[in-house]
Amino acid sequence: MSWALIIALAVGAYAFKFTGLVVLGGRSLPASFERCLALIPAAVISALIVIDTLTRGREIVLDARAVGILVAIVAAWRRLPLIAVIVLGATTTALLRQI
Amino acid sequence: MDPKPTESTLAWWQDPTLRPMVVACLTLSGAVGVFGVSFGVGSVAAGSSVLQTCALSLLVFTGASQFSAVSVIGAGGSFGSALGGALLLAARNGVYGMAMSRRLDGGWGRRILAAQLTIDETTAMSVAQSDRRAQQIAFWLTGGALYLCWNVGTLIGALAGTAIDPTTFGLDVAFPAGFVAMVWPLLRERPARIAALIGASICLLTVPLTPVGVPILLSVIGVLVGLQEPVNAPSRTISRGGES
Repeated sequence: MSWALIIALAVGAYAFKFTGLVVLGGRSLPASFERCLALIPAAVISALIVIDTLTRGREIVLDARAVGILVAIVAAWRRLPLIAVIVLGATTTALLRQI
Repeated sequence: MDPKPTESTLAWWQDPTLRPMVVACLTLSGAVGVFGVSFGVGSVAAGSSVLQTCALSLLVFTGASQFSAVSVIGAGGSFGSALGGALLLAARNGVYGMAMSRRLDGGWGRRILAAQLTIDETTAMSVAQSDRRAQQIAFWLTGGALYLCWNVGTLIGALAGTAIDPTTFGLDVAFPAGFVAMVWPLLRERPARIAALIGASICLLTVPLTPVGVPILLSVIGVLVGLQEPVNAPSRTISRGGES
């Protein structure tokens, strides 16, 4: 992590917030554009899960992390609280590594 | 009635019509604080310093973007791909800002501060209120409490994360597990499920072919699902084949 990235991200993230609240104000965007923007977290966060769970660099790897995430998915599906989802996923992975 | 800065949280708490909202705002903020701890732990595990980790939460203050940037850098991605992925996730705050601008009073000074607090949680808590005064109180109360909890949580997590070996405790899975918790409620809606499936598939297919971090940028193609008008099942006469 570099300081340049932190500053660039801080400026960029604030610019989005500021543009919406202060510059654009109460105007509205085309409905299809708003629908696409609303789908960004679903598409990008799902991709982040794949990256953090199934890859090392540019290789696809199946290891203890994948099992941990499967447990986390079951926990989220059973509507366990956030902390339980994280702890169950991490603990499963840690235990598998001990074997 | 406009909430003045002199109006205290105690006064809101004593107002029985506002109390459920105040409780909801503070509960949500506390839960986000727990998330802040997991960000702190994961961020130092991915190679950031404690100071950098805290700076991210103080300055960037939009969780998914922070997680994304740290995650991409931790995996060996470039400056550009880490920034690009994080800013994609920050873009929706612009839409929240547009929704909030109709609901917030106050001049430039207030709006410049409000902008930093315009995120998923503050917008959701505010738009859920029925009258204008409650909408404003919900925004500022959630914003203030959440900013505090998120940053204190981050500091605690970062300090704890430096004291322990992340892989021994499976903490490298804290991030993706947090992502699972974050994305799960979104998947209740069909377009989001399709976007998630496309995003994850593109990412998996392009990992061996592109530089680290680029698959995250490509996953955004999944949002094009939103170009299609939402269909109301009864009026649909032509069956669209090939969709599962």
